[in-house]
Amino acid sequence: MSKIVFPAETLELVKKIIARYPEGKQKSAILPILHLAQAEWKWCSPEVMDYVGTLMSISPIEVYEVASFYTMFHLEPVGEHVIEYCRTGPCCLMGGVEVYDHLKKRLKINTGETTKDGKFTIKEVECLAACGWGPVFQIREKYYMHLTNEKVDQIIDELSK
Amino acid sequence: MKILTEHIDVPNIDTIDVFMKHGGYSAVKKALKKMSPDEVTEEVKKSGLRGRGGAGFPMGMKWSFLAKPEGVPRYLVCNADESEPGTFKDHYLMWKSPHTLIEGMIVSSFALGANTSYIYVRGELMYVIAILEKAIQEAYDKGLLGKNILGSGYDLDLFVQPGGGAYICGEETALLESLEGKRGNPRNKPPFPAVKGLWQCPTVVNNVESIAATSWIVNNGGDAYAAIGVGRSTGTKLISASGHIKKPGVYEIPLGITVEDFIYSDEWCGGIRDGHKLKAVVAGGSSVPILPAELIITTAAGEKRLMTYESLSDGGFVSGTMLGSGGFVVMDETACIVHNTLTFAKFYHHESCGQCSPCREGTGWMDKVINRIEHGQGRIEDIDLLVDVAKKIEGNTICPLGDAAAWPVAAAIRHFRDEFEWHIEHPELATKPGAVFMRKGASWTK
Repeated sequence: MSKIVFPAETLELVKKIIARYPEGKQKSAILPILHLAQAEWKWCSPEVMDYVGTLMSISPIEVYEVASFYTMFHLEPVGEHVIEYCRTGPCCLMGGVEVYDHLKKRLKINTGETTKDGKFTIKEVECLAACGWGPVFQIREKYYMHLTNEKVDQIIDELSK
Repeated sequence: MKILTEHIDVPNIDTIDVFMKHGGYSAVKKALKKMSPDEVTEEVKKSGLRGRGGAGFPMGMKWSFLAKPEGVPRYLVCNADESEPGTFKDHYLMWKSPHTLIEGMIVSSFALGANTSYIYVRGELMYVIAILEKAIQEAYDKGLLGKNILGSGYDLDLFVQPGGGAYICGEETALLESLEGKRGNPRNKPPFPAVKGLWQCPTVVNNVESIAATSWIVNNGGDAYAAIGVGRSTGTKLISASGHIKKPGVYEIPLGITVEDFIYSDEWCGGIRDGHKLKAVVAGGSSVPILPAELIITTAAGEKRLMTYESLSDGGFVSGTMLGSGGFVVMDETACIVHNTLTFAKFYHHESCGQCSPCREGTGWMDKVINRIEHGQGRIEDIDLLVDVAKKIEGNTICPLGDAAAWPVAAAIRHFRDEFEWHIEHPELATKPGAVFMRKGASWTK
């Protein structure tokens, strides 16, 4: 990992985000900035969180306590593509369990693990608010809906290229 | 009758020009140029619109609680942290027609005297956040946001705030904590957000669908809105329909249609998928009590159940449920109630913020005990143990997540105790893949 500093255009964006809140309330920017940091460095390492703290002039512990509360922030290294599948009721009714089992078999890893080549991580998440379009998983901001074993294979093939 | 989704399938309705061509932002013009903030509030009160996030509290009344001390900013925060399993209506509305929400935000902010408002969207919906931000920029460019909107002298800045993946932030005080950049631990009430909310300033927090409905109310009047629906269930409601139906999706219904119609009519869910029969419904999102087929179609008193707040709760928790968020999950005879209850119990265990012991510990217990029943290691006394744990959580926590966790477990046992018993007494059958208990003589039993 190279030196932890946002590119210039992201720093501009950070300034704009901080300006959304009244004077003295800049701590509100922590979630948006953590999202930017994770997009930049894939996961929120202690070094990344320290950098976010420095940017916001708050202590590192204030960043850790927030990042560790919200499930979207990866506090351990992850693969290039993080597949987050919805394991809650409605997606299971639509055959989610079978599809996710297929995904795990296909990638030869379990939930919470990363493939040896560092390409994929599978994570189990709670309801993604897409129940009528289930089973569903998410890779970064993209939703993949109405999943079937065949669809999962296609997606993995595409991302493996 | 469609209020929120009338134009939702028009191509490019997410762009401001197309949206305005279909009458969009007319409510902003009317409210800001011809009405006072109090007049807007009065129409919302008259409409009888009730909070669409799940609680069903009258929106106009909530607005009227807002403290208005001189020189202190007030805030409107839109709760778009939609995370209740079974619910995806706000996701759909913001994705398809972002301006519908933005128009409502302007009208509502004007009524409340807020000059800065926030839309708190669950972080997983990053692509929806991008859609909203683009739409907000379009509204600024047209002079519908910013300083001196349409020459009215009213200023409003509108921002989108991403969450970080926490169901609890849908609880309004947890949402405010999160918006302040903290962990989403709910606050003790009072003080209520209307007095001390965001940064200790008076704040109203409303659901996406509620805010979106205010534009129509401004345009057509509160009385016209109240004319739709039945009794105290006025207007239309977005229902997220999922599970074993022919046509899952989001439907805008006039409140008051029968549940039977909603499930079986081609206008809505289109019936149960071919060759299967209705077994159970979770009518208002994962937290509300599950009901077996016979009790969801008719009340215990034998009346047709309606899609209204009152009719769905008829019979209380003995034989009724709640409209909640309108997350309507339909199950046919292939659904295992124990497994489904386990997924909900896991959900609440994962999403408990950990602040109150009954919820933090109780959700973990329920998860563990149902898990062992599901995997063939249950004991018959586990069923009463679950009921006991649920009772000890309910009503004993700072926020309603505790109740939300307890109710689905208690209701599953209330209506499907025999299914839990079967799992415990016949583990060798129950743990076979796809095995489901068939109640003798039930309408769904084949």
